[in-house]
Amino acid sequence: MLVNKKKMESMADSMSSHAPIEGRSLWQDAMGRFMHNKAALISLIVLVTMIATSFIGPYLSPWDFESIDWALLGNAAEMGAPSIENGHYFGTDDLGRDQFARVMVGTQISLMVGIVGTAVAVVVGVLYGAISGYFGGRLDNVMMRFVDILMSIPYMFILIILFVMFGRSIYLLFIGLGLFSWMDMARIVRGQTLAIKHKEYIEAAVAAGVSDFKIILKHIVPNLLGIVVVYTSLLIPGLILTESFISFLGLGIQEPLTSWGALINDGAKTIQYGTLWQLLFPLAFFVTGLFCFFFIGDGLRDAFDPKDR
Amino acid sequence: MFSFIVRRIFSSIPTMLILILISFALMRFAPGSPFSTERGLPPEVLANLEAKYGLNLPWFEQLFTYIKNILFHFDFGPSFKYKDISVNEILAQGFPVTLTYGLWSFVVAVTVGIPLGIIAAIRHNTALDYAAVGITIGAQVLPNFVMAPILVIIFSLWLEWLPGGGWNGGQWQYVILPVIALSTSYMASIARIARSSMLEVLHSNFIRTAKAKGLPMRNIILRHALKPALLPVVTYLGPAFVGMITGSVVIDMYFSTGGMGQFFVDAALSRDYSLLMGVTILFGVMTILFNAVVDIAYAWLDPKIRL
Repeated sequence: MLVNKKKMESMADSMSSHAPIEGRSLWQDAMGRFMHNKAALISLIVLVTMIATSFIGPYLSPWDFESIDWALLGNAAEMGAPSIENGHYFGTDDLGRDQFARVMVGTQISLMVGIVGTAVAVVVGVLYGAISGYFGGRLDNVMMRFVDILMSIPYMFILIILFVMFGRSIYLLFIGLGLFSWMDMARIVRGQTLAIKHKEYIEAAVAAGVSDFKIILKHIVPNLLGIVVVYTSLLIPGLILTESFISFLGLGIQEPLTSWGALINDGAKTIQYGTLWQLLFPLAFFVTGLFCFFFIGDGLRDAFDPKDR
Repeated sequence: MFSFIVRRIFSSIPTMLILILISFALMRFAPGSPFSTERGLPPEVLANLEAKYGLNLPWFEQLFTYIKNILFHFDFGPSFKYKDISVNEILAQGFPVTLTYGLWSFVVAVTVGIPLGIIAAIRHNTALDYAAVGITIGAQVLPNFVMAPILVIIFSLWLEWLPGGGWNGGQWQYVILPVIALSTSYMASIARIARSSMLEVLHSNFIRTAKAKGLPMRNIILRHALKPALLPVVTYLGPAFVGMITGSVVIDMYFSTGGMGQFFVDAALSRDYSLLMGVTILFGVMTILFNAVVDIAYAWLDPKIRL
C-alpha cells in the first residue's frame, strides 16, 4: 500500500511536471531541421563572423579606407605587401590605401547592397505576385505577360545605362538592382497564391466581408513566407554577384567607396606586377561570402520543403 | 507545331518594341546633352549639332525615325563620340568576335555540363558523383569576373602557356582563356540541373518498368531517360544565354578581345548614347529570339505542352 502510494505520487509528479503538449508550428519545425544541417549552420556562423569583422575590423586598424599612406605611394608593389609592422594587415592597394580597411568597407557595402536590393525585390515581387494570383483572370494574364516581357530583356544593360545617365549613387544601386530582380519572386509567389486562395480560411475571410487587400496582406502573404524566405536567401547572393559584376566593370560603386567587385577589379588590373594580395584578399572574402549564402539557402530550402530532399 | 512557331515568333515582336522604347525613353530623359562639354559650346554650334543628329525634332518623330531606320535599314544611326564612324560599323567590327567566343563558350558549357550531370546521376553516391557535385558547387561562386584573373595568373603568368589577352584574329591560343572564363559557372549550373533532373527521372515508374523488362541500362538511359531529363536543362539555356551575353562585357574588358562588350563599356563611360542603345538593342533582340527558339525546342521535346 505504502509502495503503491509512493508510486502514485511519483507518477502524479511526473505527470504534473509535464506541461501540456505544445503544438509545433511550421517555423519551429523548419528551424529544427535547419539547425541539424551542419553545412548551413557552419555557413551561418562564418557569415555572422564575417559581418561582425567587417564592422569591428576598421577599429582595429590604424588606417582608414580612403587615406593614402604617402610613405608607400608609387611603391605599392615593393613595399605594400601585407605586414604587421606598418599596420597594413592585408597590404595596400595600388595607390597606397590600406587594403584591410578597404576589404572591410567593401564587405559592408556588398552585403548591404545585397540585402537592401533584395528587400526592394521582395516587397515588389510579393505584392505583385500576390495581387496577380489573387485576382486572377484577365488582370493576372496582363500582369504575368508583363513579367514575361521584362524577363526576356537583358536588364544588365538597361541597368548600366541607368547608372551612366543618372549618376552612380549607392541609392540608385539599391533601387536599380531591386527593381530588376523581383520578377522571379513575383512568379513564384503567384503560383503559391493560386494554390492558397481556394483554402477554407480565405473563403471564410471572403464570407466575413474582409476587403481584398486586407485578405492579401493579412491572410495570403503570411502563408507565403516560407517560400519567400527560401527564395530571398538565394536572391541575396545573386544580387551581390550582379553588383560585383557591375562594379568590376568600373560602372558600379563610386570611389572612394568600394565593394567586392570593385576590389577584385582593382586587384585583377595589377596582377602582372606580382601584387597578388590586392586580388586574393577580396577574392577570398567574396568566395567565402557567396559560399555561405548558397549553403544557407540550400539549408533553408531543405528546412522548409523537406520532401524535396 | 508550325502555327505555334509562327505565333511564338510574332509574340516576341512587342517585347522587342518595348525594349527599344525603354532604351529610347532612357536616352531622352537623360540629364545633359551628349554634346555638353566642360567649356560649353556656343548655342549656334549646339543647335547645328542637334540638327545634324535630328535631336531638334519632337520626340515621337525621333522615335519613329529611329525604329524605322532599325527595322528597314538595320541602321542604328551615327555614333555621338566617334565622329567618322557609325554605330553599325562599330557593331560589325565587334560582333564577330563576341559571336566566336560566345558560341564556343555555349558549346563547351552544354557539351561538358550535360554529360557531367548525367554521369553523376547514373553513378549516384559514388566518388564520381561527389567529385561532380564538388565541382558544380565550387564553380557556382566563380563567375566570369573571378575566373578571368585566376586563369590569367595560372596560365599566363605562372605557366606562360597562353596569352593573357588580345584577340589576334581569333587564333586558338587567344580563344581558350575567354571561353573557359565565360563558360565555367554556366557549365556548373547545367551539370547541377542535369544531375538532379536525371536522378528524378531514374526514380520514376517508367524507368522501373524498363528495368523490370530487363532492358540493358545503356538503352534505358539513352532511349527513355535522357529526353525527359533534359527538359529542365533546356529551360535553363535561355537564362544561361543571357548570362553569357552579359558576361561577354567582362571578357571583352579583361582580355581586350575587342568584342561588343568593350564598346559597350567605352560608350557607357563616354556617354555615347546611340552606341549604348545600339549594343543594348542588338543584345536584347538576340536574347528575345533565342528565348523564342528555346520555347520552340521545349514544345518539340515535351509532348505534354499543348500547342
